[in-house]
Amino acid sequence: MADDQSIITPGYTYGSVTQKISSIVLARRTPWGWMVGFGISFLLLTLLMVAVTYLLVIGVGIWGINVPVGWGFAIINFVWWVGIGHAGTLISAILLLLRQRWRTSINRFAEAMTLFAVACAGMFPLLHLGRPKFFYWLIPYPNTMHLWPQFRSPLVWDVFAVGTYMTVSFLFWYVGLIPDLGTLRDRSKSRAAQIVYGIFAMGWRGSAKHWHHHEVAYLLLAGLATALVVSVHTVVSFDFAVGIIPGWHSTIFPPYFVAGAIYSGFAMVMTLAIPMRAAYGLQDFITMKHLTNMAKVMLATGMIVAYGYMTEIFMAWYSGSRFEQDMVVNRMTGPYASLYWGLILTNILLPQALWFRRVRSSVLLLFIVAMSVNIGMWLERFVIVVTSLHRDFLPSAWGMYYPTMWDWATFIGSIGLFLTLLFLFIRFLPVISIFEMRQILPEPQRKESA
Amino acid sequence: MQRRDFLSMMTATLAAAGLNGCSETLPEKIVPYVRPPEEVVPGKPLYFATAMPMAGYAMPLIAESNMGRPTKVDGNPEHPASLGAASAIAQASVWSLYDPDRSQTVTNDGRISTWESFVSALASPLAERSAAQGDGLSLLTGAITSPTLAWQLEMLLQKFPRAKWHAYEPVGCDNARAGSRLAFGNYVDSQYRFDRADAILSLDRDFLSHGPACLRHAKDFAARRRPGQPPNRLYVVESTPSITGAKADHRFPLRARDITTLAYLLGERLGVRAVSSPQEITPPTAVPWLDVLIRDLQEHKGTSLVLAGDEQPPAVHALVHAINAALGNIDNTVFYSEPVEARPVEHVESLKELVSDIAQGRVAILAIAGGNPAFTAPVDFQFSKLLESVPFRIRLGIYEDETSALCHWHIPEAHYLESWGDARAFDGTATILQPLINPLYRGKNASEFLSALIDQSPQTGYDIVRTFWKGRMGTDFETAWRRALHDGVVSGTTAQTRTVSLVPNFAVPAPLPGQGDVEVLFRPDPSIFDGSMANNPWLQELPKPITKLTWDNAALISPTTAERLELTNGDVVELRDGSYTLQAPVWISPGHANDSLTLHFGYGRTRAGQIGTGRGFNAYAIRTSGAPTIAHSSIRKTGARVPLASTQSHHAMEGRDPVRTIVAGSAVEHEGLSDASLYPPRPAADYAWGMSIDLSACIGCNACVVACQAENNIPYVGKSEVANGREMHWIRIDTYFDGGNENPDFLFQPVPCMHCENAPCELVCPVGATTHSVEGLNEQTYNRCVGTRYCSNNCPYKVRRFNFLQYADYETPTFKLLNNPDVTVRSRGVMEKCTYCVQRINHARITAEKEGRRIRDGEIVTACQATCPADAIVFGDISDPQSRVARLKAEPRDYRLLGELNTRPRTTYLSRLVNPHPDAPKENRRG
Repeated sequence: MADDQSIITPGYTYGSVTQKISSIVLARRTPWGWMVGFGISFLLLTLLMVAVTYLLVIGVGIWGINVPVGWGFAIINFVWWVGIGHAGTLISAILLLLRQRWRTSINRFAEAMTLFAVACAGMFPLLHLGRPKFFYWLIPYPNTMHLWPQFRSPLVWDVFAVGTYMTVSFLFWYVGLIPDLGTLRDRSKSRAAQIVYGIFAMGWRGSAKHWHHHEVAYLLLAGLATALVVSVHTVVSFDFAVGIIPGWHSTIFPPYFVAGAIYSGFAMVMTLAIPMRAAYGLQDFITMKHLTNMAKVMLATGMIVAYGYMTEIFMAWYSGSRFEQDMVVNRMTGPYASLYWGLILTNILLPQALWFRRVRSSVLLLFIVAMSVNIGMWLERFVIVVTSLHRDFLPSAWGMYYPTMWDWATFIGSIGLFLTLLFLFIRFLPVISIFEMRQILPEPQRKESA
Repeated sequence: MQRRDFLSMMTATLAAAGLNGCSETLPEKIVPYVRPPEEVVPGKPLYFATAMPMAGYAMPLIAESNMGRPTKVDGNPEHPASLGAASAIAQASVWSLYDPDRSQTVTNDGRISTWESFVSALASPLAERSAAQGDGLSLLTGAITSPTLAWQLEMLLQKFPRAKWHAYEPVGCDNARAGSRLAFGNYVDSQYRFDRADAILSLDRDFLSHGPACLRHAKDFAARRRPGQPPNRLYVVESTPSITGAKADHRFPLRARDITTLAYLLGERLGVRAVSSPQEITPPTAVPWLDVLIRDLQEHKGTSLVLAGDEQPPAVHALVHAINAALGNIDNTVFYSEPVEARPVEHVESLKELVSDIAQGRVAILAIAGGNPAFTAPVDFQFSKLLESVPFRIRLGIYEDETSALCHWHIPEAHYLESWGDARAFDGTATILQPLINPLYRGKNASEFLSALIDQSPQTGYDIVRTFWKGRMGTDFETAWRRALHDGVVSGTTAQTRTVSLVPNFAVPAPLPGQGDVEVLFRPDPSIFDGSMANNPWLQELPKPITKLTWDNAALISPTTAERLELTNGDVVELRDGSYTLQAPVWISPGHANDSLTLHFGYGRTRAGQIGTGRGFNAYAIRTSGAPTIAHSSIRKTGARVPLASTQSHHAMEGRDPVRTIVAGSAVEHEGLSDASLYPPRPAADYAWGMSIDLSACIGCNACVVACQAENNIPYVGKSEVANGREMHWIRIDTYFDGGNENPDFLFQPVPCMHCENAPCELVCPVGATTHSVEGLNEQTYNRCVGTRYCSNNCPYKVRRFNFLQYADYETPTFKLLNNPDVTVRSRGVMEKCTYCVQRINHARITAEKEGRRIRDGEIVTACQATCPADAIVFGDISDPQSRVARLKAEPRDYRLLGELNTRPRTTYLSRLVNPHPDAPKENRRG
């Protein structure tokens, strides 16, 4: 086993790295564990299909939303998934630019996770529309109806922010995959796989020229993506910050949303990496060093999030506004207080365990903390969306929001979609970047290249 | 089969199919629509004066007809009982016209039949009765004010001298009637002049929302609370919170039987002598402002007014007459008139006679016109059981209801918008009812029904009503008739005032001590009245004024009693009065008298229709003839629970003061919020629409809510959707309880769209579906809306309404006739809200442009404004400083709701004005 400080267990060569990673994909037989996992995920995906079909037939009234709580699970899930989708780009782009070499073994599946999370996220704003068939009216395009988006609305900004993020994330992930697709094409035994991987490898031959172009493109995309990491969740936070509802109307939202997004993204990477490295025996590539580093990032961003919560409370008091103060009191003592305190527990208190080296070096404890943050960040979105809306300015209009079984079905179903895509990815594409892993091998091993 | 055979068979089949398709051709000649009927201009509605009979009395209306479809009613401004106002029930009555559950055919023992078969089937039993001088023929109707019906009744009794007529209204004025006989020796109607009263005391009398005169009362009462008027002062002692109590300057909750005692006490203090008053009156829980009240009444001799509730026993009514006499109010604020009802009777007594006749087998034919006695009769009469022993039973009814189910013949009754007739209002003024549409289901009205009993061949309603009025309208009948139809008022029909004198030393019985754990009060439901409106979803979904409950009734109890019995909202209790039991969910109602419980009629229907059947509990099931208004019962918690749907879950103002209150006479300055903005002001347009709502005037009666629903094609959503917080009303009435649970202040606030100048909804819509018009309207473009609901989230007033599901009914054919053609019917997934009745603005604009002038002040009246009995809502152009709305906005009482958000709403409020007596104890003052 590797010690805590190495990012790859010594002893690997070009050949063995390539062999180890590509064998997951190229193995003849599909492991039964994968079948079970995929089966369960696919069942959940089916649940999503049922829920969405019913939604499109009957309407958004099947959910628990109402007046005053016009947004419910759909927007909570949207923000939650977008947040999760942050880690991939952050790890790939920012850490690449900052030359954090430890990122290499986790960036590929973090990017894939980003992509799938954004796909899940992107689904919700469309589904939550009263008339989803007209979603394209949010996109500016010349038309005979003289329709043009109303650019003061943060929802229009969302379309651009999420759309751009989705596109760039995809390109970044795909460009990074090209050399590995070439490797898979060359190593696969079946004709069909050779053709399919060959098509997607786009004629990669590994010439110096190819490598040169690839590196330039990758760096450029990294530069682009870096800005997006900050912009996406900033814009998503505007959905709330631009509103005048107490609990939404706050300038702290952009930084605190971005930090929260990174926080939840790393938690999700951790949640996925820990079982995966165990299942496929990748402990040599995803070492304790990776997990520890991720834990440290979580601790840092978690503190920013905690600071955000405190600022909200302070500003409510400092503002002297009755509405803001009542909002804070309502969060802490109102009908949804248990969720607020659950949020504080799972998102702030529990993760403090990461201060301890013993926790950071325990795979099991890390997994527990990561799960806690996943839940906590979801609760955070619930608290922001629902507890702000359900009691706003006029007491006469106060109400409650209770999710229905269809709210849950759509939420759980979206997890099914995410996992299904992830399982397919694990089965058909290299989960760890082969060419980048080769680059981080120490000099001597490289020379024994296969 | 041979190919040849197959082809020939196919040919035959096709030919047959083709023939079938042609068989619908009508034999009569039809004429294409080349020359339109006179007066009808497509797109232009016509208006006709008529009246809705309610519990026998006329509610005068102007009905709007669009291409022959009645779509909307409003009050008749020419008629003294309306002066333009209409109640929520009248507003909702248009829905009932198109109700697909109305009975659509004559039935005989449940089988479809015809009117002609009915008439011939009636012939031989009637001939038998005729031979016996009419012995064994009984007729049961509701209260009759209609002069034509009264005339027909007379003819019937002439033809069948020994026939019997009975009248029964479940919600009547038996006690008031008996009280007037007690005090004056005969029946008289009381007419009140609230415009002249400076100090008013109501003993459990909800004069603002109950009774045939309530609209007029509301109008006169509110007029005294307008800017510049010397405000009146209202004292209310009541058992169950009512909208009258909510408007009181001094209110005190007391059990109904304690109010009775209080009436005796008041009589004594005000020097009224009546024999056999109880020897010793122990005052109930001391009314804290009693001395102040007595002084105030005595200081306002001739300008005070004391009223007793219909639920109070006759003795209280008699005492109140005597008190008014002692205060010199008679012929100043109280007038007495001949009873408006033809052949006035005490209804429970009248029904009792019928019941005993049936029990003794003396009824051979029973004709029931209207009402629903099988459902509404006092439970101890066992009316349904007895009814089945009558050999021949016929029924005229709008619905095939509980009573029809027990009758041999059922005749569908015509809706008032389908029939000719007449009726008198509370003051006696008669209105001719004119139909706006042919009976949709060939229904007959009461006149035609009676005619089948009287005449050889039944006459039409038109002929009957004209025959009656001929000779009673002066010499030039045709002119007078046309005038009466046009105005909706038959001149010279107002009831004559009568000079009355008190029976010296009239006897009042001592108040009866109550038995049982709790006092039970029976009241008509604020929305569906006695149950006759139970199948009307607009009324079912109308939040009841104080509780905001929809689609259900509940046993209302005070918070203290609830605590004592360990009950919360929705807990089912069992009430037992003798052998009668009733299970009902409770609803905690602050301000209710302790150890008392209010049950509303009208629910628990078993054959109301798809909307009304099986909702709530039947309060009639425990109401006996001995105690039809106030009873006593034991109470037991059952442990069961019933979910109840209320539209407002929070009634405290949380220190945010959405409703502001000002004590009369105190100095007020206009809040004068700054309109400072970083943006340049919008360029001024020709008009700037705005609204002012006077919270002093508003009585929370809900008429505006239904008027808006009818005008703007607003769908109803059903109980579960209301429970989900998805009701669609464009204007809602918020009710706040201020100041404790025992006797809080009740504050009403109608909230339509504020049409903010800085509208938070507008800037968050991604597709520009909600925009600002140059005239200041916040407009919603349904076609463009994709349904993000962001606008609703961002609306601080939460006035936006979303079609979460397909609420509008596109399927039921009759509802296609109901809709206002000027307003889009919204589909699933779009947002909607108050438009300031933009269709009315545009109508006025077109007229004004055609005439080359500006729109006049008052030319545009929104639907809510038009129907408001209290004239609380004023709409108009605020850019014209002389307009009524601009002048109201300049009043110092004017304020903006949530003005600190700088939304700059175009709808503003006038603070509620209260006028407590300066000497009353501080803690017992309103405001």
